[in-house]
Amino acid sequence: MTVNFQYARPETEAEAVELLMETGGDAAILAGGTDLPYLLQADLLKPQRVVDVKRIPSLREIRPDETGGMLVGANVTLEDARSSPLLAGYSSLLHAIDGVRAIQIQQNGTIGGDLCHLPNCWYFRNGYGLLGMENGKSLAAAGDSRYHAILGNTGPAKFVSASRFAPALIAWDAEVRIVGPSAGDAEFLPLEFFYQTPRTAKQGVTVLQPGQLITHVRLPHPADLLSANYDAQELNGLDWPLAAAACTLQIDAGVVRAARIVMGHVAPIPWLSTEAARAIIGHPVTEATASAAAEAAIARATPLAHNEYKVQIARAAVKRTLLRATGQWEEA
Amino acid sequence: MAERTIAWKPRGENQIIGTEVLRIDGVEKASGTAKYSADINTQGTLYCKLLTCKHAHAKVTKLDTEPAKGVKGVKAVHIFRDVDSEIEWDGTLIAAVAAETQDAAQDGVNAIVVEYEVLPHFVDEDDLEAAKEAGRTTEPRSSTQGNVEAALKDAKAKVEGYYGIHTITHCCLEPHGSHCEFEDDNLIAHLSTQNVSGTPGQFAGPLGLDASKVTVVCDYIGGGFGSKFAADEWGLAAAKMAKETGRPVRLMLDRATELKTAGNRPSGFARVTIAANADGNIIAWDSEHWGTNGPQGGTVDVNQYPYVFDFENRNRAAIGIKTNAGPQRAWRAPNHPQLCAMTQTAMDDLAAELGMDSLDFFLKNLGHTAKADVYKAELERAAELIGWKDKWHAHGKGEKRRGKARGLGLGLHRWGGRAHAASCTVRIEPDGSVSSNAGSQDIGTGTRTVIAIVLAETFGLPVEAIKVNIGSSTLPQSGPSGGSTTVGGVSGPNRRAALEALWKIFDLVAAKYKVDAATLSAHGGKILSNGEKAVCTWKQAASLTGPMGLEVQGKGPENDGLTSDGVGGVQMAEVEVDLETGVVRMIKMVAVQDCGLIIDLKTAKSQVEGAMIQGIAYALTEERIMDNQTGRFINADLENYKLPRIGDVGELVAEMYQPDSEYARGVIGLGEPPVICCGAAISNAVANATGVRVSVLPMTPKRVLDALKKGGQA
Repeated sequence: MTVNFQYARPETEAEAVELLMETGGDAAILAGGTDLPYLLQADLLKPQRVVDVKRIPSLREIRPDETGGMLVGANVTLEDARSSPLLAGYSSLLHAIDGVRAIQIQQNGTIGGDLCHLPNCWYFRNGYGLLGMENGKSLAAAGDSRYHAILGNTGPAKFVSASRFAPALIAWDAEVRIVGPSAGDAEFLPLEFFYQTPRTAKQGVTVLQPGQLITHVRLPHPADLLSANYDAQELNGLDWPLAAAACTLQIDAGVVRAARIVMGHVAPIPWLSTEAARAIIGHPVTEATASAAAEAAIARATPLAHNEYKVQIARAAVKRTLLRATGQWEEA
Repeated sequence: MAERTIAWKPRGENQIIGTEVLRIDGVEKASGTAKYSADINTQGTLYCKLLTCKHAHAKVTKLDTEPAKGVKGVKAVHIFRDVDSEIEWDGTLIAAVAAETQDAAQDGVNAIVVEYEVLPHFVDEDDLEAAKEAGRTTEPRSSTQGNVEAALKDAKAKVEGYYGIHTITHCCLEPHGSHCEFEDDNLIAHLSTQNVSGTPGQFAGPLGLDASKVTVVCDYIGGGFGSKFAADEWGLAAAKMAKETGRPVRLMLDRATELKTAGNRPSGFARVTIAANADGNIIAWDSEHWGTNGPQGGTVDVNQYPYVFDFENRNRAAIGIKTNAGPQRAWRAPNHPQLCAMTQTAMDDLAAELGMDSLDFFLKNLGHTAKADVYKAELERAAELIGWKDKWHAHGKGEKRRGKARGLGLGLHRWGGRAHAASCTVRIEPDGSVSSNAGSQDIGTGTRTVIAIVLAETFGLPVEAIKVNIGSSTLPQSGPSGGSTTVGGVSGPNRRAALEALWKIFDLVAAKYKVDAATLSAHGGKILSNGEKAVCTWKQAASLTGPMGLEVQGKGPENDGLTSDGVGGVQMAEVEVDLETGVVRMIKMVAVQDCGLIIDLKTAKSQVEGAMIQGIAYALTEERIMDNQTGRFINADLENYKLPRIGDVGELVAEMYQPDSEYARGVIGLGEPPVICCGAAISNAVANATGVRVSVLPMTPKRVLDALKKGGQA
């Protein structure tokens, strides 16, 4: 750790909000600790205070809520989520957890930490700022963009959203519970609206304001929806997907009546594709209709100089997540 | 038994040699009790952090380290490159700070004021035209034999292709570094090194010490692969700061600096024309290749290209590119993996052009190699192990299931592996205990285990009865572990010394027990007469050596047949390519490898398996990525510098080729050869699966999909 910081360990949500606000928002939240220590060591974040939220009991709970949905604490680890019978109906979440593959991350990593994970863009990680700029120019635009965005990339942000769970959760129409910045503030926000594409380096990758943190994710009752997630990954171990796709499908008499299809790691935000959903609704899921939906999902892709291949991978991910949700694709 | 000549036992008489023996230091390594340089933590040890340059090309215009010295806990600052130094690659060392804690050292680094004049950089490794335009190329080298032009006119089939392989680093699990401590005027350096006996002098000169006052210790090393022969500037910095402060100093490179500055394997890219006549015999080769080894601007050795095979009509030319990228170091079989990948992929394309089975084509052309018989036997065995005949199909013509296609490929290699110069002292104590002492090291070869086996076999004792002392420069000189020289290097001297000791003991036993010394042998902890009658126990025999016991020096190599050199080796790969995502999955990899007489079958196979994993890495995912915009090594971490995980390796089959003719050749080193042809074998398997050549290694999803798109098969 290069810059000294205060360490705080609240035991309630209210304490956490207070400790965050005391610094005027100049604080970082420590959850599973799979990434923050690196960010601090590399001087990419220099917070006045680190607020360790691991000891807040409410953030570890998984419980049904009054609407029949499920509340999942932000600090629930991937392993906890995987082994909870309460989440067994959300197949896409379990697929995403399996996709992480690394036992260490599954043991320590948390759902909330994943949702707030900062981009893995190598320009950001090598110290060129969130937007990866040098002399006012985007490095990724002219540089090595093999892992960068193929959608939503016409502004200054070229990185891809790092979250591995947001696509599945957005497909489930999940909400996040946000507390702060004032004592007693708490609201539910659809996860779909939680992410933003920054136009300046000062804007973050989410709408969280200083003094706010997410405490829970709320999932609707799974009812009879089918779901899946597909990570297209180079390594069969700890690695970031080159593209991912998640879906939820309501199928009636063999025909898709409702669908939400979300791609991950293709844009600065999780990419909800209404085009793909429209393409599959009204059809049974077959190799052909899934391919058509995949085609619709990437039709407006704007690849950078070195990542056209990702368009093809995203296409495959969308097709396979639809097939997987309907039992037509087994991942080895 | 009868004649006292230096030799290995007749093969059938061995009790231990050639069997699978577990590493005698395996438990220490696996349980964490083995002490590596980074584990040395004597009282008062200072910790170091490094300031490195983040520019690819620059001049240092200002360097003020005084503020660092003012940081609480900082005890010393070492300057590597002062004002006016030209920086030639990202990650170049500027200064080191030693302090009471790692945090204080980092605070010290942060306090240093450094300014640069940034200069234009060039990091493109494969764009020869751009390099020429930028004036970054070095003098071309070329040679010619026969008449390529005429041969091409007669050719039945011809392929013109582009093939390449990117730079990779050594990526040692344990980074470079040392713990340096002075005791009076004597330096003790716990150095992570593959050159225990050779490094004290490297410390002595720069520190103004007599070499006799430097001891280098390396009990265990976490990987070297050719990058750890030197004390290095960071080793000297640790020693100097230890001297200055009177405190022990530990300096290990951080991961990014390790990848950027501690060596790499140069890239190679080639345009090749290769042609064959109607029956598949290769009659012409024409190549031009380029690549970079860093600022110096060398490229892969033109004199060994084409690789393993040579052809009557052959032109070859090479040109180096000077880049602002870290300088090369020897990487496991220097030049060979690149040359192999750039040769045997072109050959495989020619086989496809001829419509021939790749295996038949390689067999057909073995006459162009120096070891046709061995390669033939090994190829035939490997083909059985992987099921070549049943699985083979023409390139791209196999069954496709759910967007996935399987394929087979092969490659073959050669290596020397002659024993290095080494000595040892074998001691037999009057109580019968036995030790061997040598200033050698174990970079993964199983040095301790090999020595123990040689002595145990010679004395008729169990392996556990032998104490092996290596890893200190105070022990008898032993060569550096480079070039696959260590197992031969240590086994010859130990066998010689042990035989000499044994004969002395036989003489003592003969005198004492009134038996003919020529009838004696050592077996099962006893001295036997005529191979059956127990004369005395080993302990009784050892007690005859007197109160001092027996000490015998061994040296090597000698021309007595204990060791020799020259190996071949073949590998075959089966892959499954996901045609929709471009992901290549290893199904199975088979190696059939000759290496003369095998001391320990287990560590020999372990070398081959480890090499195959390293080969899978550079074939599929591992790559140094130089960013043209910033000039930086942009993936110098273990996240985007992608090494295979256990789930990426697939089934590995390592079979040692060991007919009696191999045993008769004596011991030959094995460390390098099995890493050489993995790239070619896997690339050929991908070509067989997809019907297109993925020209450049590693074959990432991007390169696979780009190749498929270009080949019109996506």
